[in-house]
Amino acid sequence: MATQVFKIPDSFKKDAKYTFCPGCDHGVAVRLVGECLSELGLTENAIAACSIGCSVTIYDFLNVDSLEAPHGRALAEATGIKRACPDKFVFTYQGDGDFASIGLAESMHAALRGEKLSAICINNTTYGMTGGQLGPTTLLGQVTTTSPTGRNLEYYGYPIKIAEHIALCDGTAFSARVSLDSVPNIRKAKEAIKKAFEVQMKGLGFGFVEILSSCPTNWKMSPQKAHERVRDEMMQVFKPGIYKDITVEK
Amino acid sequence: MTATITNKKILMKGNYAIANAAVLAGCQCYFGYPITPQSEIGEFMSGKMQELGRAYVSAESELAAINMTMGACSMGVKAMTSSSSCAVALMQEGLSYATSDQLPVVLVSVMRGGPGLGNIYPSQGDYFQATRGGGNGDYKLIVLAPSTVQECADLTYKAFYLAHKYRNPAVLLADGLLGQMMEPVQFKEYPYPEIDNSDWKLSGAKGRDARIIRSYAPLADNQCVYLEKLFEKYKTIEENETEWEEIGTEDADIVLVSFGSTSRNVKTAAKICREKGIKVGILRPITLFPFPTKRLQELSNKVKMFISVEVNMGQMVQDVKLAVNGKVPVELIHKPVGAPPSPEEIVSQIEELV
Amino acid sequence: MSNIVIDKSKCKACYLCIEECPKNLIKISDEANNLGNRVVEFQDPEHRCLGCAMCATRCPDLAITEVYRG
Repeated sequence: MATQVFKIPDSFKKDAKYTFCPGCDHGVAVRLVGECLSELGLTENAIAACSIGCSVTIYDFLNVDSLEAPHGRALAEATGIKRACPDKFVFTYQGDGDFASIGLAESMHAALRGEKLSAICINNTTYGMTGGQLGPTTLLGQVTTTSPTGRNLEYYGYPIKIAEHIALCDGTAFSARVSLDSVPNIRKAKEAIKKAFEVQMKGLGFGFVEILSSCPTNWKMSPQKAHERVRDEMMQVFKPGIYKDITVEK
Repeated sequence: MTATITNKKILMKGNYAIANAAVLAGCQCYFGYPITPQSEIGEFMSGKMQELGRAYVSAESELAAINMTMGACSMGVKAMTSSSSCAVALMQEGLSYATSDQLPVVLVSVMRGGPGLGNIYPSQGDYFQATRGGGNGDYKLIVLAPSTVQECADLTYKAFYLAHKYRNPAVLLADGLLGQMMEPVQFKEYPYPEIDNSDWKLSGAKGRDARIIRSYAPLADNQCVYLEKLFEKYKTIEENETEWEEIGTEDADIVLVSFGSTSRNVKTAAKICREKGIKVGILRPITLFPFPTKRLQELSNKVKMFISVEVNMGQMVQDVKLAVNGKVPVELIHKPVGAPPSPEEIVSQIEELV
Repeated sequence: MSNIVIDKSKCKACYLCIEECPKNLIKISDEANNLGNRVVEFQDPEHRCLGCAMCATRCPDLAITEVYRG
């Protein structure tokens, strides 16, 4: 008798069909969020604050009550939701531009206040939905539609290392960076998301996961090559790891 | 300071009266960032909300404050923020989204001088900001304009009621004069029915399909249908909720139109005019949206002149002109910023105009 | 007997699953779905599937909907 080892989590809407581009890692990240919601029994009590960008479409796929926030404001909206109803499980699913550029103040202050929220941030080094412009995480040397000769330091400045910054906030209970470049790393990513959810459930503080993801369309690469780039370029600068976990004694 | 229901009048600052009324109205969450001349509201709320086990967050910016308020409103609770002029400017994005998301946000806007940083003197320079808005797209905010500290309290109740009744942001548009002055005020119980929001608020998708509160309508046709519906709602609000005060218009040749703190001196000026034999009446819009356009149209059939009295460079006068539509002259008496023109100043300018 | 279920209507032909399968049981088929994609197919006549779920874990489109191990 065969046992089922994989299924579409019940947190998904019936017959959910992604609208992401072929090979886009958003699809994996949304599935991991859905799996964690299901496995922790959170779906019916969860409220999502969705950000602007490709990430916003998460509300089309998950059967979770959702509020669409203006660009960058997801964690301010999530703060309002949680303060109004502290018994709800509240999370955001954001892109790097939303979280770390236009919404950096809202993101960091939510962490500094120690809001009991979980934030998932997709880092794909570009603004995806608008067609691949330079973002806060664009790597030095990377060519985008607004860095046509590559991001050079003198002209554009440095990219931001989000997980490290969030780990520095006293209100942060958990901050990690994970990657979706390979199946073992996808499994690690799921564990990190689960941890970021659990610290909220235990009321310990702000839980954060930065997910290194591919954007084959805007990188103009095959899905396979895009994962090589995540490995060979992104992970060399944005090192995966757990940057803060107050549940582990040092 | 405590939140008080009282049978007798107590002396209170306008800002405290607003905050006290908000607590009595059942406001569960306050989000704000300090700015003169409305900081007393946040100061009152910080202590009171904590004491009552409700939420107060000292937001990192007004941008965050309005979005936190939207978040709380999406859960169906009464929530508010308060600010002033150059900082309400920062909230315009949120207000546009809140109208589109149909969230019952309550914003207290205590006007100061502008543009830019301006100054902290009283002003009515944000009539346009409140009634036209600086956010994108077609939308309207419900705007209530108190003229006394008592009205600051009463219209705060009403702002919560109308915001929830129509699922649209409501603005209490006060000014630095009202916010900072002390007057006797009496707090009755919240007089309005509670609005059932169980069919739209977010509460977790338990035993039902998930709800999405969103403003994104990717297809042009969807957006057309949506906007038509939104403006149907605004028509209903105009029909049901337009409120104004009218004095001595039965036989008036001239009708003075003014709102907020300015209308106090205008009332005295009208009395002096009557003593001098000039037949002056008063129309004071209490709701700036919906604006008493119909009533002004009716009056334009029998009066000889309208004069809008304002503390700005002439903003509401445009709405008066739109209502009167050229039937009779519409004039403006104004001060750019600061205390309203004195009754004597208003009278002498009326005498010049007639 | 281990096996996987593919919902071909969801396949966007990124083919990431193909290289994940340790037994090379997933291949590009001759079939196109209504998205216009030449979808993948699972063929395992010798019952070599391990039920490792690497393919489903990698699939970014929820197109591999079920995996059984046994």
